[in-house]
Amino acid sequence: MQYLFYLFAAISVLSALLVVGARNPVNSVISLIVCFLSIAGHYILLNAQFLAMVHIIVYTGAIMVLFLFVIMLLNLNKSTEPSKTLLTRIAAVTAGALFLFTLLGALRQGVHIAAAKEFDGNTGLVKSVGQSLFSDFLLPFEVSSVLFLSAMIGAVMLGRKDRSPREDAPARPEPSERRTKKIPA
Amino acid sequence: MIPTIIFLVTLLLITLGVAAYATYAERKVAAFMQDRIGPDRAGPFGLLQPIADGVKMIMKADFMPASANRWLFFMGPAIAMTTALLTGVVIPWGGTLDLNGTPFSLQIADPDIGILYVFAMVSIGVYGIMLGGWASNNKYALLGAIRAASQMVSYELAMGMSIVALVILTGSLSLNDIVLQQQAGYWNIIYQPLGFLLFLVCAFAECNRAPFDLPECETELVGGYHTEYSSMKLGFYLFAEYVNMFISSAVISTLFFGGYDVPFLQDLGLSQNITVILGTVGFFLKITFFIFFFMWIRWTLPRFRYDQLMNLGWKALIPLSILNVLLTGVGYYLKNGF
Repeated sequence: MQYLFYLFAAISVLSALLVVGARNPVNSVISLIVCFLSIAGHYILLNAQFLAMVHIIVYTGAIMVLFLFVIMLLNLNKSTEPSKTLLTRIAAVTAGALFLFTLLGALRQGVHIAAAKEFDGNTGLVKSVGQSLFSDFLLPFEVSSVLFLSAMIGAVMLGRKDRSPREDAPARPEPSERRTKKIPA
Repeated sequence: MIPTIIFLVTLLLITLGVAAYATYAERKVAAFMQDRIGPDRAGPFGLLQPIADGVKMIMKADFMPASANRWLFFMGPAIAMTTALLTGVVIPWGGTLDLNGTPFSLQIADPDIGILYVFAMVSIGVYGIMLGGWASNNKYALLGAIRAASQMVSYELAMGMSIVALVILTGSLSLNDIVLQQQAGYWNIIYQPLGFLLFLVCAFAECNRAPFDLPECETELVGGYHTEYSSMKLGFYLFAEYVNMFISSAVISTLFFGGYDVPFLQDLGLSQNITVILGTVGFFLKITFFIFFFMWIRWTLPRFRYDQLMNLGWKALIPLSILNVLLTGVGYYLKNGF
């Protein structure tokens, strides 16, 4: 078990570094997929099977497919990558270093984060997850589902073709007129 | 431990064997539907044809386009085949055998979340097609890969919703529990006819089988995502499709047709081991019927157009599946209360 943890941890860290380091966007996305799969492995080691499977279905199976889909469709590669100016690079390095110092400073104090509940083997099983979601965390659960619903409706509204006739829009040519229209050479 | 390993290897061999003979059956069924004879040269009734095909695939030159991404080109068929084979471990292939007093379950793993595991493997399976199609560096292959991705993401939603309705009914995500419940009562097809229909259509789409085989639509895209593939790499892609078909048939039989349950078999008073083995035989008969059904549809229906495919997925199947969840919930409430 311990060796499995080290294996998954090494894969997670290495693939996460590759996500940032890879020049080709497709390689980045693939590293991110590997990273998500190894994190699902960590969940299974903690006996959180439900979380692991939902993580794979949602992140690896749906969101990353869309990422890859967009990158393939746009066919992004090195030549289309926008060149970054020196100023952006310095700003990025400074911001990253500051964040690292903050994290290190916080962790050096050795804050002990107490678990809300004592861990046992049943914590991650579907029954206990469902019970705590629908009893202790009912309000956050419902609120987040309303959030998802509004995001869904928003996406539909944005993607909808505007069918309402507009005053300022030029009248569409009649079908017969369109058919006879000459295509300019 | 050792019986489990033996069972695992047997299961792998059976899966590969069924997939190999499914290719033979496909050609024979096609021949039957079109009033032809079909393959009959290799061995009696052409029974050695899959072996001849396998030898042919391996002996052919393995070509890789010069501008392909070598690593991903290699990974594509490997991912497709691996995810197809991984699903078999959670399917209950039979009841519990009695090996000299020690019980031995004919299911390799029975996790709490069996059906979600199947779903997770299906959702990873699309990467085999997407990465292979992209790595080929070919326009037709890329178009096939993009079609595969959008098709699978669209139909996964309706498939997931049809499973949600089933889970409301069974109250368990474990596949063995679902079978045991059907053994005690009636098969789920009686309670979930709409859910079954939705699941079946989505299973066709997830397997990229006709009428949903747009990713490899040969009239428009040469060979779709596997245009640039040759030799055994192509063989793996084609084989993975048949493995997927076998596993989908097994999942459909498990969820809606009682799995290894054969009606009235328990009442015959046979010994436990014989009952279990007969149940497994019954399960494989159900699977064979569904594999035949897959082929029947393929040689009967023409292929969808791309916009028809998307309209069916988003405007027909998803609303219907949400309605099905709602109806199941109302039915459950009326029968059991809260």
